[in-house]
Amino acid sequence: MRKILLLLLLTVSPVKAEIYNIDQLDLKNHQGKVVYLDFWASWCKPCQRSFPWMNSLLNKYPSEAFTIVTINLDAESDAMHHFLDKVKADFDIYHDPSGQIAEQFKIEGMPTSYLIDASGKVVKKHIGFYTKHVDKYEREIEELL
Amino acid sequence: MKAKFHWLILCALVTASGCSSLGVKPWERETLAREDMLMDADALDLAFDEHIYFSKEASSGGQGFAGGGCGCN
Repeated sequence: MRKILLLLLLTVSPVKAEIYNIDQLDLKNHQGKVVYLDFWASWCKPCQRSFPWMNSLLNKYPSEAFTIVTINLDAESDAMHHFLDKVKADFDIYHDPSGQIAEQFKIEGMPTSYLIDASGKVVKKHIGFYTKHVDKYEREIEELL
Repeated sequence: MKAKFHWLILCALVTASGCSSLGVKPWERETLAREDMLMDADALDLAFDEHIYFSKEASSGGQGFAGGGCGCN
């Protein structure tokens, strides 16, 4: 009975985002999965709008085939934590305060997201987030799954 | 004459290198994204400005930017 209660508690408890340092990011760890890589910042309104949609993707697609990795580009971690207190995130977040990875990916706008296939190849790039285009974004993911 | 030419080249290089890092990166626009950085942060002030502009130029508009100064979307 106690085991069932514990299991139930673990099932209903909300998934919370794990925050890592950018040095810990290794996309090779996700090879074999389709990865939605998203660059965001707390001050960026479209980024905030994309969070509920990204959370919903994790429920929609199987975790063994699809994952979301996000990179926060706030210079101060306090701003990121304050944002995450208000906005729910079910995916892992890597904090890149100096923008070193953003520089490598040549980010042109906020947010920017990349769709990476199971072999690790970048197949799509989205600059900005538009709720009217979510169907298109999802179709692109489904084509890779 | 040759030394003068070298100085000229050096000055040109120093001046040109000043333009090598123009503008802020998209992820550095936190301050620009603040509400008080918007052109229309103060509605009354904007109305005054637009009235003056209209009186002087006989045209109006063109003072707004989608997404403010953050460059989002």
